[in-house]
Amino acid sequence: MNIPANLKYAETDEWVLVEGNVATIGISDHAQDQLSDIVFVEIVVSEGDTVKKGATCATLESVKAAADVNLPVSGKVVAINEDLAQTPEVVNSDPYGKAWMVKVELANPGELTGMMDAAAYEKYCAERSH
Amino acid sequence: MSDPTIFEMSSPGRIGARFPEPDVPLAELPQEFLRENLPMPELSEIDVIRHFTNLSRKNYAIDVGFYPLGSCTMKYNPRVNEEMARLPGFAHTHPLQPIETVQGNLAMMYELQEWLKEISGFKAVTLQPAAGAQGEFTGVMIIRAYHRSRGDLQRTKIIIPDSAHGTNPATSAMSGFEVVPVPTDADGNVDMAALRAVCDEHVAGLMLTNPNTLGLFDCNVKEVVDLIHNCGGLVYGDGANLNALLGIVRPGDLGFDVMHYNLHKTFSTPHGGGGPGSGPVGVTEALAEFLPGPIAGIVEEGDEEMAPLYGWVMPAKSIGRVKSFFGQFGMMVRAYTYISMYGPDGMRSIAEHAVLNANYLLARLRDTYKVAYDRVCMHEFVLEGHFADAPEIHALDIAKRLIDYNIHPPTNYFPLIVKEALMIEPTETESKQVLDQFAEVMVKIAEEARTSPELLKSAPHNTPVGRLDEVKAARDLVLCCWVPDKA
Repeated sequence: MNIPANLKYAETDEWVLVEGNVATIGISDHAQDQLSDIVFVEIVVSEGDTVKKGATCATLESVKAAADVNLPVSGKVVAINEDLAQTPEVVNSDPYGKAWMVKVELANPGELTGMMDAAAYEKYCAERSH
Repeated sequence: MSDPTIFEMSSPGRIGARFPEPDVPLAELPQEFLRENLPMPELSEIDVIRHFTNLSRKNYAIDVGFYPLGSCTMKYNPRVNEEMARLPGFAHTHPLQPIETVQGNLAMMYELQEWLKEISGFKAVTLQPAAGAQGEFTGVMIIRAYHRSRGDLQRTKIIIPDSAHGTNPATSAMSGFEVVPVPTDADGNVDMAALRAVCDEHVAGLMLTNPNTLGLFDCNVKEVVDLIHNCGGLVYGDGANLNALLGIVRPGDLGFDVMHYNLHKTFSTPHGGGGPGSGPVGVTEALAEFLPGPIAGIVEEGDEEMAPLYGWVMPAKSIGRVKSFFGQFGMMVRAYTYISMYGPDGMRSIAEHAVLNANYLLARLRDTYKVAYDRVCMHEFVLEGHFADAPEIHALDIAKRLIDYNIHPPTNYFPLIVKEALMIEPTETESKQVLDQFAEVMVKIAEEARTSPELLKSAPHNTPVGRLDEVKAARDLVLCCWVPDKA
């Protein structure tokens, strides 16, 4: 399982890449593996929206289940990945790259300190798998 | 191999039925409605009969074999139900007939309502909703109407445990509520601490499936109901799993305010492609005036010599109609027949045998498959379809392999809180021999997972078509019966 060291992870399996004061958000390799083949992605926030930590930013559907993607941080949406609706399969093939979902300008960078680093997330995934 | 579609079988000029020369003036269709590119299949009667008979012989049904589809209660549908539903007095009436000419139909509906009230402990019942999901929608709209009628407009949230049926969140969202999920504790009950944390003056209600989708009776149900009532909310009972409770526990007595019944599950009317559903809703006294209507009722009391006059009654603050006419009448006849055939003691024995059968299977499979929440189950239980020493095998592969043994797969990947879930509900209608055969097949498949995993990965093998590409089916939607010319 791929868990890049430069990212932060949420308990609900989202990842965050922080560059300056902008956070890019997607779902982890573990999450896409659990969901299996993604067949539908809908980003439910728009550029310019003010969003709160915990709010749903996207809805995913796989052949097994539907799942919400929750924002691990609060702030202002500065970009959404509009290509994902047409190419949901990249969530499976490239969860940390082409399958980024939204970019949020951080309102409260302190929220990041509650998130897991790669080592903690790896342990967290292992604990849940039995 | 695959059959040609009926469009591919078409032969220009072939016909199945000849109409006589019209004896009324012809009316021309307006030109703008005429379409050139509408290929209607042209076939003889025997072409059509053979086509659909051949397709039907490839179908799987409860009449063909074991169908342990969890939370769907795929019990046998007794043939006496069909015989009663075809009685001319039921089958040949029209919903717009004058009520004086359909007193028998109305009396049957009235009595069915009374029985459903008695079975569940509610004070009023509507038979109108067309299916379980519509029953849920009706119930939640009643909850909404109740709060609004009191001027209590701040209640915007519906709490739903993560062990509830998947339709519950959809129902709440569709009714305009915010869905608040609550997790399950280590024993498979609602996590009480988490529930307490979300109970406030914004709670309109809670939707509880009990027994839940883990097949477990929530031990804290009374406390859950009290918590919701104490914060001013109402409790919705998802009656899809009522089969486990018949004659033993009445949801109304537990404090539920509103619940839907699935006549097509608990009361043996056909489903799974065999017929329309029917989702009556029962409520407490306080909610009776909000029920959809009209409802079959007594409009003139009878006496020793005269039968009462049955007619239609509209509840005072009704949320309105939820279905044209009066619901799925044919299904009501079948459910009425089923309840009459069993009687009160029979109802109880249905639940007892459904629970016994599930626990017997659980006991036989416990050593072979991991059990998600291993305690005495109700009418169903959830296994985990994965093995540490056969890592490439998933629940889906086990489900597909069961088809090769002529068994319908259990519900899989639901509930979501169990890894590789296989939800198994045998129902009371299966014999010990059938349960033993199923258990032996499940044990054999677990062996095959280790010795010849490829058999599972490529299953099914004995069907007209092999493993379907579910991803392509979901991503590449073709929703018309023929593909228009690209030109």
